[in-house]
Amino acid sequence: MDLKCLFKPSTMAVIGVSTSQDSHPANVIYNKNHLRYPVKTFPVNPKGGFINRAALYQSVEDIKEKVDMAVIAVRSEFVSKVLEQCIKKGVGGAVIISGGFAETGNLKLQNRIADIAKEASFPFIGPNCLGIYAPDYVDTFFLPGERIISPDKGNVGFVSQSGGVLVDQMVKFAGQGIGISLAVSIGNKVCLRETEMIEWFDQDVETKVIAFYIEGFEKGEGRKFIEKAEQCSKPIVILKAGKSKKGIEAASSHTASLAGDYKVFPEIMKQYHVVEADNEYELTSFCESLSCYSDGINGNIGIISLSGGHGVIAADACELHSLPIPVIEQETIDTIKVKLTPGIRDIASLVNPIDLTGSSVDNDILTSAMYLLRDKNIECVLALLIPYSPGVSADIGAKLSQVARNEGKPMIAYVPNEDKYKIIIEGFELNNVPVASSVEGAVLMVKALKRYRPC
Amino acid sequence: MLKEKSSQKLNKDSKKILANSKSLGWVLEPDAKALMRLQGFDIPDFVLTDSLKEIESFLSKTGYPVVAKAVSEKILHKTEHQAVVTGISSKEQLYKEITRLTKLEGCKNILIEPMIQGIEVIIGAKNDFQFGPVIVFGIGGTSVEIYNDTAVRMAPLKPDDVLSMVESLKAKKIISGYRGMAGVNMEILTHLIVNFSLFVMELENDIESVDLNPVICTRDRCVIVDARIMLSS
Repeated sequence: MDLKCLFKPSTMAVIGVSTSQDSHPANVIYNKNHLRYPVKTFPVNPKGGFINRAALYQSVEDIKEKVDMAVIAVRSEFVSKVLEQCIKKGVGGAVIISGGFAETGNLKLQNRIADIAKEASFPFIGPNCLGIYAPDYVDTFFLPGERIISPDKGNVGFVSQSGGVLVDQMVKFAGQGIGISLAVSIGNKVCLRETEMIEWFDQDVETKVIAFYIEGFEKGEGRKFIEKAEQCSKPIVILKAGKSKKGIEAASSHTASLAGDYKVFPEIMKQYHVVEADNEYELTSFCESLSCYSDGINGNIGIISLSGGHGVIAADACELHSLPIPVIEQETIDTIKVKLTPGIRDIASLVNPIDLTGSSVDNDILTSAMYLLRDKNIECVLALLIPYSPGVSADIGAKLSQVARNEGKPMIAYVPNEDKYKIIIEGFELNNVPVASSVEGAVLMVKALKRYRPC
Repeated sequence: MLKEKSSQKLNKDSKKILANSKSLGWVLEPDAKALMRLQGFDIPDFVLTDSLKEIESFLSKTGYPVVAKAVSEKILHKTEHQAVVTGISSKEQLYKEITRLTKLEGCKNILIEPMIQGIEVIIGAKNDFQFGPVIVFGIGGTSVEIYNDTAVRMAPLKPDDVLSMVESLKAKKIISGYRGMAGVNMEILTHLIVNFSLFVMELENDIESVDLNPVICTRDRCVIVDARIMLSS
């Protein structure tokens, strides 16, 4: 199935637009895309009429131009008829917003639309979903634009079984400066499911990381997901809900009781290097980190801080997440020491975590980072940059990023997420070094690299 | 160097054992062991009988200590029914236990096998709803659920998966050898688990779960001392 028309449409029909009800999902979707997106949008309602001086098409078949994608937001009993019309018209794919299918016990209706689409090899998202958000292309979320904080265009592809979690996570991504290539709420996932989405994102040049929120797989679907994930060339991050211990109490064998879902799921994800996030905070951190670095590491961290306390907090977090902080080579220490500003040479602590003290200046940080990255025991440097130190310049983000790029190893920074320090944060982020807004967040970003397949 | 097989196809006799156990819902220990032996796994020599004469002739070859177990269609969890006696070291003790075991509910036969000393591990399999056959490995015995020190992987396994399973256990030092005690022969253990995972792939449609518990590992053997196969309904 070719999904390009569906996810990157130039023309779109919105079916179910109401002439009387402004807040109808179809109206929200029509208005939003008509006014704010480049996609050419056609409103459709069998009754005809007008909306904001535009005439409604009575059927998608009445539209003269080629229609790449259709949003179907009519009552569930009319969906199959509309679907048939779309197929007849040669529409490239659909987003079925309408609810009232398997989730309300109406499996027969759901199977009917599945059969119609399958016979015509017609791809669709949903039903019972929010659909898709592709910055710069299209947005089928029926939430008023002024209520959403949408992330910018970026390289994270996000797929969620729950529309609510999807929108909430997008707000979190936006807050952390993480961009989206495409976000998809797959709802009842009748036609396009997680496995198809892996295939799409794997070949999509705009996507670097694929993230999933999953509530449940069908029988055997977990294995199919893993098989696709294994073939996929990009990191996959997953947040799984519903891994409770319930339902295994009556297990008849040791193995059955030892291998409940809460145990099986994480272990299999680890086996195949799918990066499982334990919570939404990890999901955000993991996506940011893996969108910058797509090679896994074993987790050996070198830490540079300007305050002893931050180094210790980071070391504790590393221990908690089983990330080793190796001993640095004596040669590295000696080289850094002679190059430090004389004023801090005797007060800086050059064991890992390195504490350069609040009296350090840019050059001390740059030198330490460079030689730490060159140390054979270190795979990744954590730069805990508290910008309160007077010796730290506004250029430090850009300069440190350059060092990391030259040395060819990942660097992750911590800078407090405040407008005042935006210039430092941007210095890192525009140079593809991820920035966390907490020390633990920075450690989690390294954890993501460790969970991913080592190169 | 032991070679891992590429598959573990069921032969005719193995299929017969599974078919005969279908109505019970699980495979009795002696049948499960016979099945494992047919598939080339290491199980202890045993005698299954209600005749003391046969037991004596078996013991004249193997000697003490031995393990005696009641074989009953009514007893799925033997430990809970005191249906297993380990470390029997004399004829007197053996006879006493046999008398007791034969009185247990549904006991038709007694299984006697030599007592093997070593590290007890569990190797299990489950037909998972989402992932199909998965393999469980951990420290074995009757307290597995208490310690819950196990690793799970999706079948079939590669030799590297076995190493990572051992590595992920809290008890990994027990497997590798600890305080002067010999560890497990990793080559044999790897061979067993990889082949078991292939075997389980063949059983996908027949089983709900399999417990090989304990598997007793020594420096040169990994012996399946007890096997329980729960069939899918």
